Amino acid sequence: MIPALILVISVAALLQFFVSYCRSLVASCSDVDLSSEARELTGIQHRSAHAEEFPRLMLLVGLCPERDDDRFEVRAIRGYYRLLSLLRAVLRRFVPSVADWAESERNACAYFAAVALDRRIAYNRDLMAQQISNSL
Amino acid sequence: MLGPFDYFFWFLSAFFQALMVWCAFKGRGLQRYLPLNLCMLATSVLTVGRFVVFFKYGLLSVEYIYFYYYTEAVLTVCLYFALMNLYSQVFQELDLHKWVRAGAILLLGLTAALSYQVVASSPNKMTTRFVVEIGQNMNFVGLVLTYLLWGAILKLRETRTRLIQLILALGVYFSVFAANYALRSLFPQLGLVWQYLPPIMALWLPAAWGYTFLKVPEEARLAPARVAAPNR
Repeated sequence: MIPALILVISVAALLQFFVSYCRSLVASCSDVDLSSEARELTGIQHRSAHAEEFPRLMLLVGLCPERDDDRFEVRAIRGYYRLLSLLRAVLRRFVPSVADWAESERNACAYFAAVALDRRIAYNRDLMAQQISNSL
Repeated sequence: MLGPFDYFFWFLSAFFQALMVWCAFKGRGLQRYLPLNLCMLATSVLTVGRFVVFFKYGLLSVEYIYFYYYTEAVLTVCLYFALMNLYSQVFQELDLHKWVRAGAILLLGLTAALSYQVVASSPNKMTTRFVVEIGQNMNFVGLVLTYLLWGAILKLRETRTRLIQLILALGVYFSVFAANYALRSLFPQLGLVWQYLPPIMALWLPAAWGYTFLKVPEEARLAPARVAAPNR
């Protein structure tokens, strides 16, 4: 009985902490404006993206050379997006309000992916510039 | 018998723990969060120590089993003091340092007494069982305390992003380990799963804390209402 109770409390707390942690990562990007290059590439015009864009954006992020300092957050948000997709698929019929919330969070994840892509493009450009200046 | 997976995670976790302290040093968080860093450093040293004992005496030796469970209990207590440091940071402005410290020691004593009581009432009165019991209880107490601290952050509208992320990462860690202990008690036949989950999850805390120290400056601010998971 006690282990079952501990399990229920732990899983509920785990969900709360993990969701809040991922939201703190996403929130750090929500106020960032995309560069004109990234806007053109992603088709995102304002500070919002559509959730369905997330896989495509992540694919593009994967094509860019990795920055050492964003690997952890990109992986965490990918996990968060999967969790939200699962939640949305399971609860869409029974608790529509949670499904709506999950959808808005997925949109935020997609915008996060666009910002990560923008940062990687900028990093790539700097790397190229460095190489060209070294070869001259 | 250990396989390549076990050795890989063994060394990777020791490396991640040491790396986290370096990240804290680089991110200028070494002194301010000293108990967190000391705890991670101790974890790294003891992880290497465990390997030395394992190498010398073997996995199933009494020496290794004793060393493993005693160091596990010591590390959980260390983590508990790291959590108290986070409490002190949150309640810094309210000048509640002494109360937090007294409460922490009282709670630690109570958890030890409860664990002793559980072992004393069982037919197998072994100190190793006491060490295992206190480790499990401390994980759950740690989870409850982290949850209370998160509640306090929301109530006090604490905005320091670094502190928020450190606490949330610790909450994830305690939750996973408390759930793992509970699952192990409920389904002991699935021992293989419970054997592999902790080493993978042990990487979470140093990775998340290291990331926070390196990427989030002390001056960064974030409204906690923006990150709190909504209750629906």
